[in-house]
Amino acid sequence: MPVYSEKVMDHFMHPRNVGEIENADGVGEVGNPVCGDMMTFYIKVKDGRLEDVKYKTFGCGAAIAVSSMVSEMAKGATIEEAQKITPESVAKMLEGLPKQKFHCSNLGAQALNKAIDDYLIKTGKLKADDSKCCPFCDHEDRENDPVCQQGCQVNISEAKTS
Amino acid sequence: MTKVYLDHSAAAPLLPEVREAMMPYLGMDFGNPLSLHDWGDAPRDALEEARVQVAALIGAANPEEVIFTASGTESNNFAIKGLALAQQNKGKHIVISAIEHFSVMNSAKFMEKLGYEVSEVPVDKNGLVDPENVGKAIRPDTVLVSIMHANGEVGTIQPLAEISKITKEKKVVLHTDAVATCGAIPVSVKELGVDALSLAGNPFYGPKGSAALWVRRGVRILPLMDGGIQEGGRRAGTEDIAAIIGMGKAAQIAARDLVERGQKLTQIRDQLINGLPAKIPHVVVTGDLVKRLPGHASFCVEFIEGEAMLMMLNSQGVAVSSGSSCTSRALKASHVLLAMGYNHEIAQGSLLFTMGIQNKPEDIDHVLNVMPPIVERLREMSPVYSKFIKANKGGQ
Repeated sequence: MPVYSEKVMDHFMHPRNVGEIENADGVGEVGNPVCGDMMTFYIKVKDGRLEDVKYKTFGCGAAIAVSSMVSEMAKGATIEEAQKITPESVAKMLEGLPKQKFHCSNLGAQALNKAIDDYLIKTGKLKADDSKCCPFCDHEDRENDPVCQQGCQVNISEAKTS
Repeated sequence: MTKVYLDHSAAAPLLPEVREAMMPYLGMDFGNPLSLHDWGDAPRDALEEARVQVAALIGAANPEEVIFTASGTESNNFAIKGLALAQQNKGKHIVISAIEHFSVMNSAKFMEKLGYEVSEVPVDKNGLVDPENVGKAIRPDTVLVSIMHANGEVGTIQPLAEISKITKEKKVVLHTDAVATCGAIPVSVKELGVDALSLAGNPFYGPKGSAALWVRRGVRILPLMDGGIQEGGRRAGTEDIAAIIGMGKAAQIAARDLVERGQKLTQIRDQLINGLPAKIPHVVVTGDLVKRLPGHASFCVEFIEGEAMLMMLNSQGVAVSSGSSCTSRALKASHVLLAMGYNHEIAQGSLLFTMGIQNKPEDIDHVLNVMPPIVERLREMSPVYSKFIKANKGGQ
């Protein structure tokens, strides 16, 4: 059996929406070359909808397929809808990801969310402090968990007050 | 579609002559070499013939110094643990290089749990160990030095004969993992001056599951497998006769064809090593250009990641491997490239081509044709590359 699903291979070999957006309304960058994957998402917002979504990705087949799928899921969605995209829903749409790829390569939803936060902060709709991303690493803190469970494990509320 | 297999370090095909030599031992000659009745005769004779053939490949004077095992990994485990444990009253310090195979590194780590200390000798940018550094790492309580003959990931061949001068002078046992070199370049345990040497059958077109550890007569080793008297009591367990016969036959053919194979493989290796950086900018050849395995070409392609290249090459019928984090199940970048001083970003773009005797210059032409558009496509997608382009434009 091949390592990747047909859907992953399709998005990897034919990635959708690759590129950058000049004067993007929001930009979100996650990952680093140490872990092997980096993604930068660009969004253009019009009337509360993501009119355009583009990205650039450094990484393996899974990372590229994830970026492509996230861009497809987010393009045309409202901000609220796009914020609901999770690593789990992306993996599901891709008909599964290999176990060891799930955490390291599945950064698309985080990158998109970071780009949305960037837009919301720029437009004054969100205070930098209320960003849904962990301030100490690139992982999301969606559930308002005081500890960044998925990423750096820092206790965010404690670290912020100290 | 053109299919080009360039991943011989992962798996090599069995030679037809080798398969043929193995067949009787998968059929009517199924007997146990230890048996005293007639069924034991043919397997016993064949086993000892294979031992002679393997000994001849590595220039060993005494065939009984060859202990058959089931993998290069087992041979390395046996060497590190068995040689160190046999000398535990003398000392508990082991010296290895920073770019050893995991079977050596992790065996050394295991010995740390038993109270041994391990020193790692660094390598230079080309992956070469400086013999002087080996000398410096040796202490009065050092009982074992293990330096690989050649590295499978970057192809660099170590100056073992110089290293053995030092270990002999300091009276320390020297083991070498020669899995990558046996059958690929001339290997003589006498000229190398080593005390123990690991080799495996598959790299020279023998069967998987065939391997050996050569231990010079007079060097003590503690068995890891306790049981019967097979392999002189040093490795108990009923022998996989077919695999051993296959390894012997493959060793015999390798010894015969060594020079011819080497010349052919060096030629197509250099075709790729010279061709790829000429066709694609920002490609680094990893490892030493001269002290290098024939049939071994390794690169780091900057700004992109190895697994993505590997997958795209596969879609063009080309099989290769990579040392990037994403291709390793452990999700760690190659310890070899990091030890050579490459940063994580470049190490992620690692790509390894290992050629075999069936490869032809046309196979390399195919790679040189399909590779540039793949790299271009992935670079267009890469945020690292766009940052590089922007930074360069700003600088001009």
